[in-house]
Amino acid sequence: MSDTVSDTVRDAVNDPGTLSAWAIAAEVPDPELPVVTIADLGILRDVTEDDQGRVHVQITPTYSGCPAMETIRTDLVDTLTAAGYQHVAVEFVLAPAWTTDWMTEEARGKLASYGIAPPGRTSDGPVPLTLAVRCPQCGSTDTRESSRFGSTACKSLWVCRSCREPFDHFKRL
Amino acid sequence: MTTPRDDSPPPLRSSAEQSRGGPGPVANRAASHVEYVLGLGDDALISAQRMGWWISRAPQLEEDLALANIGLDQLGQARSLLAHAGELEGAGRGEDDLAYLRDERDFRNVWLVERSQTDFGVAMARLLIFATWQSELYAALRDSADSTLAAVAGKAVKEVAYHLDHAAHWVVRLGDGTEESHQRMQQGLEAEWPYLDELFEPVDEGLVGSGVAADPTALRDSVVLGIEDVLAEATLTVPQVRPAVGGGRRGLHTEEMGYLLAEMQHLTRSHPGATW
Repeated sequence: MSDTVSDTVRDAVNDPGTLSAWAIAAEVPDPELPVVTIADLGILRDVTEDDQGRVHVQITPTYSGCPAMETIRTDLVDTLTAAGYQHVAVEFVLAPAWTTDWMTEEARGKLASYGIAPPGRTSDGPVPLTLAVRCPQCGSTDTRESSRFGSTACKSLWVCRSCREPFDHFKRL
Repeated sequence: MTTPRDDSPPPLRSSAEQSRGGPGPVANRAASHVEYVLGLGDDALISAQRMGWWISRAPQLEEDLALANIGLDQLGQARSLLAHAGELEGAGRGEDDLAYLRDERDFRNVWLVERSQTDFGVAMARLLIFATWQSELYAALRDSADSTLAAVAGKAVKEVAYHLDHAAHWVVRLGDGTEESHQRMQQGLEAEWPYLDELFEPVDEGLVGSGVAADPTALRDSVVLGIEDVLAEATLTVPQVRPAVGGGRRGLHTEEMGYLLAEMQHLTRSHPGATW
């Protein structure tokens, strides 16, 4: 983890107690989309710290079968432990159900620059009427869906008609 | 399995002992609550196992990904439901114990999901039926008095919308496609239709009355209408076939269930405690 530790965590390690447990937990990257953090995605729901320094973290899965949850749990424990917290408990919560609407604007921008078209808003229900999805490579909206299911449950496969490049789209949920 | 003491929650296999006049109505309600959650969890688990068969065998790479992801969603739902059933049972069994260490007669899934599905028309007909039913069921269970069940349903209903959409697209494309694809889609539908009725088998009235369970019979009209809308667009005919006998909710299964479990449970049973 030494090569992935951020300045935020390093500062906390050097001077324990300067940063809240939330700020440290919020730095943990998503294992499948390392360009965004679990806080960016809205997976991190709550972090509480009691007067004895015990930290309780709540995270929620994007999809019921998300295989990254165990990795995220381990990463949270490792990161918080490295920052000086000795007792870290991570709890999975299901309600309220995660939605792509919890994704921050910053996260949407990071996804796009990473090559993944970010999700639209869910006001029309979970399965979208196909609105234009912007190609993250060239910016064109002349794109088509090639498969509703991509490399992970949260993404679909698209192709850009302008630049001919295939790309992932983070489905709204 | 040992005979339960009177003060312990009734394990799942105790139904025979109960019928000999053990625990009172409250304990029976608790047992039917466990059975209900277990049934829904087993439906999702066994469907996921069948869906996994298609990985590397689907007609195209994109379909491999789609069916794998649909199966993964179902597996996630199954894990939450089985973990919850284990907690309700209170006998210390977790999701893995329930998935890997129960025998055939202890599984509570419907017949729709357990038979092999090695024909793509059959697989899509089944997914259309199953996802339409799950969609209505989970929508109703969002208001369940069982808050864990409500939370699982609230999450799952959004995932199932994608499954249903996927199945409906294929059924329409194949049904309203070539003569060959139309015929095979109709055959797939005829093969699966007898297993529709079992989804609406009544459950313990007390469980419905207390707001824990969704009344299965009340889901029937919207499920059938939903499927028939897709079939009309697909130029397919609603099959006129007799319902299958069923009995999955009572632990009675088809011959193929044993083979499925042998494959699914082999590793855990041959190498107890194995991890990776």
